[in-house]
Amino acid sequence: MNTIWALAGVVIKELYRRKDFYVLFVLTAVITIAAGMVHFFDDPKIVNYLKAICVLLISVSALLIAIVTAARQLPAERESRTIFPLLAKPVTRAQVILGKFFGCWLASGIALLVFYFFFVVVIGTREQSWPVLNYLQSFWLQWALLGVVTAMVLLGSVIFTAPSSNVTICFIVIVGILLLGQHLNTVALHHSEPLRSVIYTIYFLIPHLEWFDVRDRLTYNWPLALWMDCMLATLYAATYAGLFLLLTWLGFRRKSL
Amino acid sequence: MQLKASPCWILILLLAVCFTLATSLRLRVAKWNNPGQSNNVFKLLLGEGRRLFAHEFYVMADVYFHNGYYPSVFDKQEGQSDVLGAVRGQSDDDEDTTNVVFFGAPKDWIDTFGWKFRFNQHTHLSNGREREILPWLQLAADMDPQMVQTYTVAAYWLRTSLHNPKEAEAFLREGLRNNPDNCEILFELGRLYNEDYHDVNRARNVWLAALRYWRAQGDDAKKGVENKRLYDAILVNLAHLEENAGNWPQAIEYLGMAKQVSPDPDAIQKRIDELKKKMTANAPAAHY
Repeated sequence: MNTIWALAGVVIKELYRRKDFYVLFVLTAVITIAAGMVHFFDDPKIVNYLKAICVLLISVSALLIAIVTAARQLPAERESRTIFPLLAKPVTRAQVILGKFFGCWLASGIALLVFYFFFVVVIGTREQSWPVLNYLQSFWLQWALLGVVTAMVLLGSVIFTAPSSNVTICFIVIVGILLLGQHLNTVALHHSEPLRSVIYTIYFLIPHLEWFDVRDRLTYNWPLALWMDCMLATLYAATYAGLFLLLTWLGFRRKSL
Repeated sequence: MQLKASPCWILILLLAVCFTLATSLRLRVAKWNNPGQSNNVFKLLLGEGRRLFAHEFYVMADVYFHNGYYPSVFDKQEGQSDVLGAVRGQSDDDEDTTNVVFFGAPKDWIDTFGWKFRFNQHTHLSNGREREILPWLQLAADMDPQMVQTYTVAAYWLRTSLHNPKEAEAFLREGLRNNPDNCEILFELGRLYNEDYHDVNRARNVWLAALRYWRAQGDDAKKGVENKRLYDAILVNLAHLEENAGNWPQAIEYLGMAKQVSPDPDAIQKRIDELKKKMTANAPAAHY
């Protein structure tokens, strides 16, 4: 376990050494503050549009940080040949995969936490309400989503040769799931066989990341979801993350370095 | 010849040049803007293509009005937005508040579980929270200044729920500048004068102008359902105004015209009969 945490620690350190997070955070902050300075009909109480903008920026930024961080882990180790001394130590390939996963997941969690802190301060100041439990639940769901995304991108990094293609393909797939995932069953009904079965199969196979999309929840101040449902969703996310990590390990085990 | 100047002096010189240019250009830039048209950054960036986005922003206002409970392109769609429905005096009371209204029953366990993370009640914003739809209506108006319902809808919520008739009037006047002689905006402006400012004379004048512009339209435009509804509303409101002023023959005349286009002519006839009764009851008193 210590080996996994040691590997994870290196990934977390990488997050604050690189500029990605800072650039995205400054961009989010500048756009949100600029949008907050706009007054509509001389009414300072209008706040939902600001929440929508800020949550969208946070979601996209967190997604980008998770994808980019996870995508470069294994290729960077191979390119710089640091993978050889790493595996020469008593470190198994499974530990490398788990270390990278937990590192990326924790790193994106830390970044998400900073983004949420900014969101809570800006919106709380403007709205004068502090629904802490809602924020906590939303954070947890979004972090669970990032866990699945991280595992998926790690799998992509053993399938695709270049990190850029991995980032692009994973980003398209994830955004596609977020936007269309829940509607695939409706789409399937409008097609005849065999396309209907194909779409249904995809519908039941993909991880339904839209459950973890908290943008509307935060924007419209929806009431809390049941904690039991959150736990079940977390279990669902953990299952998919585990599945992707298992496939990554199988792919990484057979890959010649 | 070699120019030897310290960077500090060059900086001061540049600042002086910038300041001079700014003072002279400021007046010229103000003249570039054409006061007859809506000037905004969207027009500059998107040209006429911005009108495509206007409808999307208008729909966003309706999404916000429903607190995010709204059908996607894959779900069943309503014919008319509820923000507009309220402006046109349609009640919420008959609305079906179940999940089935927009979405139908969940199709499988994934759908069922997904609904646990979504808001599943058909509600409308209330208690002043309607203000949240306003930014989208403002953006829709910026994108397409000829989209009339953005002005009327925003003005309606501003004056009724947010009790801000001043801003409502300003927005309607902006709408009139962009759509001169538009009878729908004039009608809403008349309602504002009548219901919020209680300025009956201005309301009458504005509604009469709306009636004049409505009649000046082409015959095809007059046949439209929405246009007939507007004509009916203008006439009924004018009749109400005249009735309150004691000008009953004029009120009956307006109601008679409204009866021809009204979806409920019996109700109008009932009102005409009531007014006629009032007239006959008061007629002998007038002789004495």
